[in-house]
Amino acid sequence: MRREPDITAGSELRPSAAPFWRDPEKRAIVFQVVALLLVGLACYYLFSNTQANLQRQSIATGFGFLDKEAGFEIGESLVQYSAADSYARALLVGALNTVKVSFIGIVFTVILGTFVGIARLSSNWLVARLAGGYIELMQNIPVLLQLFFWYALFYEFFPAPRQALNPFNGVFLCNRGLIFAVPEPSPAHAAMGWALVAALALGWGLNRWGRQRQARTGQMFPAVRVTMVLSLLLPLLAWLAYGAPTAMDVPQLTGFNFTGGVTVSPEFTALLLGLVLYTAAFVAEIVRAGIQSVGRGQVEAAMSIGLRPGQVLHLVILPQALRVIIPPLTNQLLSLTKNSSLAIAIGYADFVAVTNTTINQTGQAIEGVALIMIVYLLFSLSTSVFMNWYNKKTAMVER
Amino acid sequence: MTTPPSATREYLKPPITEVGVIGWLRGNLFNSWYNSILTIVFILVLMQLVPPLFKWAFVDSLWNSSSEACREIDGACWSVIPQNINFIIFGFFPEGQQWRPTLAMLLMVALLFYSKNRSAWKKSLGWYWLVGLVVMGGLMRGGFFGMTLVETAQWSGLPLTFMLSLFGIVGAYPLGVVLALGRRSKMPAIKTLCVVYIELIRGVPLISLLFMSSVMFPLFLPEGVTIDKVLRAQVAIILFTAAYIAEVVRGGLQAMPRGQYEAADSLGLNYNQTMRLVILPQALKIVIPPTVSQMLSALKDTSLVVIIALYDVLKTTKATLANPKWTGYSTEAYIFLAVLYFICCYALSSYSRKLEKDLHTGH
Repeated sequence: MRREPDITAGSELRPSAAPFWRDPEKRAIVFQVVALLLVGLACYYLFSNTQANLQRQSIATGFGFLDKEAGFEIGESLVQYSAADSYARALLVGALNTVKVSFIGIVFTVILGTFVGIARLSSNWLVARLAGGYIELMQNIPVLLQLFFWYALFYEFFPAPRQALNPFNGVFLCNRGLIFAVPEPSPAHAAMGWALVAALALGWGLNRWGRQRQARTGQMFPAVRVTMVLSLLLPLLAWLAYGAPTAMDVPQLTGFNFTGGVTVSPEFTALLLGLVLYTAAFVAEIVRAGIQSVGRGQVEAAMSIGLRPGQVLHLVILPQALRVIIPPLTNQLLSLTKNSSLAIAIGYADFVAVTNTTINQTGQAIEGVALIMIVYLLFSLSTSVFMNWYNKKTAMVER
Repeated sequence: MTTPPSATREYLKPPITEVGVIGWLRGNLFNSWYNSILTIVFILVLMQLVPPLFKWAFVDSLWNSSSEACREIDGACWSVIPQNINFIIFGFFPEGQQWRPTLAMLLMVALLFYSKNRSAWKKSLGWYWLVGLVVMGGLMRGGFFGMTLVETAQWSGLPLTFMLSLFGIVGAYPLGVVLALGRRSKMPAIKTLCVVYIELIRGVPLISLLFMSSVMFPLFLPEGVTIDKVLRAQVAIILFTAAYIAEVVRGGLQAMPRGQYEAADSLGLNYNQTMRLVILPQALKIVIPPTVSQMLSALKDTSLVVIIALYDVLKTTKATLANPKWTGYSTEAYIFLAVLYFICCYALSSYSRKLEKDLHTGH
């Protein structure tokens, strides 16, 4: 905080006390009080208007409407839902649909973005140019337009179920979505899931032990590779132990639509495709920048001490590149989650779409918009908590 | 004495495989076994994809015909665009008055081109823009000089898209700077207010703000007062963009070395003078490239007003496609729009990259 220059220290000429508008500290208090007062007044004004309006239109406030019967169907849902269920249940279905499309989208985006980012740096002219063209094209077209495009493509270019495309055995592609065969439910699947969990837990333990051993003896242990083998091997053993069930639930054409198998709706596919292709272009640029941020000298130094190319990537390039990549990558993945709210434009029942229907039916606009904001804020805040933790963990130790 | 090198001595030319087309191919496409495989795979894939697409788009296509003629062909029906171009571009703007939005858009493009040159970055530029924006708004709205009044509800199509993004960025910029300064302020109450605002807005999707403007905002107003839908969406876009601009500007403020503040203090400048004369001119210069990127986002984001049923260029296109005469040609219409957006956005993004290079005065 700046102070008035005190040129006459100790002399009688010094003014007794500066008036309060000259004292930065007192002035700051006045400013803050005024700012708070203004914000408070604005809030009060809006609040009182809202109260009056709600009373005039006789809209009840509060979240009581959540218990009422929703009365609308939702196309796809991860949990049991029917029109007779409550609004709360409908909103849960919407939230789960948002989580579903975001989670699958994030996985595909990271994979595709990494590939395109590496391809952008390829020494192969054709591959590098194609990757560059992809990035430019996707980044410069609004994601909403891309969603509309994919959705329209589904309806205009794919045939009706009767003439469904059949690229592989058991996979059908038509304007009702992508329909494919899945293994029939059997107790083996649960066992395989547990086997995978066990493999991952074992891998985590091995990794810890390997690092301790390396600290003690200097010998390295290929924990990642062993974990990958384990996570394939253990579920396979579980599958064999249950007598290797191979029965498949193959989709059949009955009447005008398919029964059996798993159907991925056109809405979901278009949304996923649009979000993944759009966000992957940004992720690709982040990955490229991250890899380029590791100096050539690092690679040369690593090779000069005799590390193999795999080890150079794993021990030298990745740890440094990831530190640059992860923060902007998280931002992009968060923006994918926020962009999934565009689902409403093509009719996928995500949280915003369900809330919008709820608002239209009940007139609870304030509660609805507040719910949307709270849910997305929860996503964002938990992500930034994670980010802060990660940044602290990987921060460069400076001298 | 050594004999001088003979003038006729022949130098070996580089091998034919290292220069020219073959050399380029070897160096760039077949420089290792896996690159050779990649090249061949990609060429095969492109050969599968490109000819049918080319045939669809250019050989079997119709460019300006009736919709009936389009039903006869297998290729693209580009006719959907020229036949409806008036509605797609201008929407519900009254016919016969459409020179006004055209003029406004031309004015905007001219101003943008003028501002492109760094030699034009002077105080006068701000005044030109201020006048330009007022003239654009006046042209669109009319109601004087014999121009009929066109309510904002009738603003639609491409002019609406441009107006929403342009006014969005112009309105958001000062607010963003104030928010960034507030966030860096030493006064706890001001800082908290700004942080809460910025993080709140950045944490929610734009859709929720647009919903707020369309369904929730009317409840905030006293009885009898109504604000037009376009204006409400505009305010939502401004409030949204401002939070992002604030973060961009904060980056610039943080990049200012402490010495700059101390030097300003030692000259006896007060806070306003320090910011206005010393800090902001430098900090804002640093963040010009990310600000242009933010303009790009704002331009792309305005397409979201479709969801609250404003007729921007995307919505007028959708409305055209809802006409039974032209249903089924969405792909063609969306490709046209994609090209339109791509031209605008690519120009902005490559300009931002060029600026970044030009302004990079570091080491």
